[in-house]
Amino acid sequence: MAEALKKQDQREIKPYTMNFGPQHPAAHGVLRLVLEMDGEVVERADPHIGLLHRGTEKLIEYKTYTQATPYFDRLDYVAPMNQEHAFALGVEKLLGITVPERGQYIRVLFSELTRILNHILNITTFALDVGAITPALWGFEEREKGMEFYDRVCGARLHANYFRPGGVAFDMPAGLADDMWEWTERFPKVWDDLSTLLTENRIFKQRTVDIGTTSKEDALAYAYTGPMLRASGVAWDLRKSQPYDVYDKMDFDIPVGKTGDCYARYLCRMEEMKESLKIMRQCLTQMPGGSVRVNDYKVSPPPRAEMKRSMEALIHHFKLYTEGYHVPAGETYTAVEAPKGEFGVYLVSDGSNKPYRCRIRAPGVMHLQALDFQSRGHMLADTVSIIGSMDIVFGEIDR
Amino acid sequence: MNLFFAARSFLLVEILKGMWLTLKYFFFVPRVTINYPHEKGPLSPRFRGEHALRRYANGEERCIACKLCEAVCPAQAITIEAEPREDGSRRTTRYDIDMTKCIYCGLCQEACPVDAIVEGPNFEYATETREELYYDKAKLLENGDKWEAQIAANLVKEAPYR
Repeated sequence: MAEALKKQDQREIKPYTMNFGPQHPAAHGVLRLVLEMDGEVVERADPHIGLLHRGTEKLIEYKTYTQATPYFDRLDYVAPMNQEHAFALGVEKLLGITVPERGQYIRVLFSELTRILNHILNITTFALDVGAITPALWGFEEREKGMEFYDRVCGARLHANYFRPGGVAFDMPAGLADDMWEWTERFPKVWDDLSTLLTENRIFKQRTVDIGTTSKEDALAYAYTGPMLRASGVAWDLRKSQPYDVYDKMDFDIPVGKTGDCYARYLCRMEEMKESLKIMRQCLTQMPGGSVRVNDYKVSPPPRAEMKRSMEALIHHFKLYTEGYHVPAGETYTAVEAPKGEFGVYLVSDGSNKPYRCRIRAPGVMHLQALDFQSRGHMLADTVSIIGSMDIVFGEIDR
Repeated sequence: MNLFFAARSFLLVEILKGMWLTLKYFFFVPRVTINYPHEKGPLSPRFRGEHALRRYANGEERCIACKLCEAVCPAQAITIEAEPREDGSRRTTRYDIDMTKCIYCGLCQEACPVDAIVEGPNFEYATETREELYYDKAKLLENGDKWEAQIAANLVKEAPYR
């Protein structure tokens, strides 16, 4: 009897296992997190992904290059145009074509607009997760304005299908550039207001400072990219290190954090919005005239008026919209600096009109895998902060 | 310096600043929300909404059953069957769009050589059943007749960019 009691006393209590998500509002989509808790302290965080898997990579193998573009909008649906950008650049590299300068400027302009919209969404929902409601209300108003620009340029508020291999689908409508300029003048006011609410706020700081700290070495070892990496003190930005389109003509800085915690990530994103604004303004002032897509009718469709008049253009039109264009055999890894980090497309072409393989490198997966080591030893509520600061979007993680 | 920080912290400076800002917004920032069914946000002429099949001014349907839209549709939402009519012209006998499959990418209207299939300005076509979203030719032509004025105006506006 005494023996048995002794044994019983020494029995270890198993850590409490808790499910976080997939329907939890702070899980940012369909993240299912299995947390092993010791009281309120997280001992192990195990993210389960795949609930939003749609087989995008496989689907693209059965679509022509034209048809594949809309699929990229639906990966990270908060920053659709940046991903189209990666795909378009990859296909252009295989085709060996250069986009006319105006097309490149429009792409950079909208990539940066998208970055601002993405960061607004991330910062405000992050603030919402840690208890501040007002930034979300104000930030979404600004997002709405940005999405109106989207609507005006491509006809959709989110799923743009605007960047195409060879340029962009249409030129910007008259008046849009002026309205965007006006918006870049008004946005710093909203930025200041958001900053007033959050940057110095003690509740926000208590929830974010020294939470989920990642050292420089860890950040590199876990393959962080984007604001996550920069918040840990590594000045790495693909727009600077391997500029694509007209980024080499742009004058901007890379904000770098010092501490690598959730607060540093927030600060990095805030500063990046300012830099993006700078790039947008430079694009708007420097934008040249001319065509917005390559003049090669084997790749991009001829203008409508010409298609109606010229037999040859009509044939090209029919060929492009049925068979599509053939891309020379080869492979390429093309990456862009998406708002969340390095978004890469690894394209293998066998010379046919469809990609042989299209592997997508989404930055979110690498960030999510670090959730375990970041949240270990923190409270349950801090896990929410960490997820919020990672800028998780499940469209791209599950693909 | 420490005293300064202590005073700032004790007096809740940043909290009061934030509250003052929200109070200012409460009274002095004009209303930004819209009363949706009665007021609507702006739509661009490029907006890609509900599909419609258009007719020529004389009432003849535009679609010539070239099946470009069917071929380019990434979601394979369009189904077309065609045969020559009694007068010898080629027209569709079936033109179905599964609106539940459609991803509203706009490739069909870009591909259409005669501007027959368009994505119109309508976005309020929610239904109670899925079956109602399997549009057939009659429904699409009806949409075209209903929205023709606006669609034609939008196409004129967009003509220089296409």
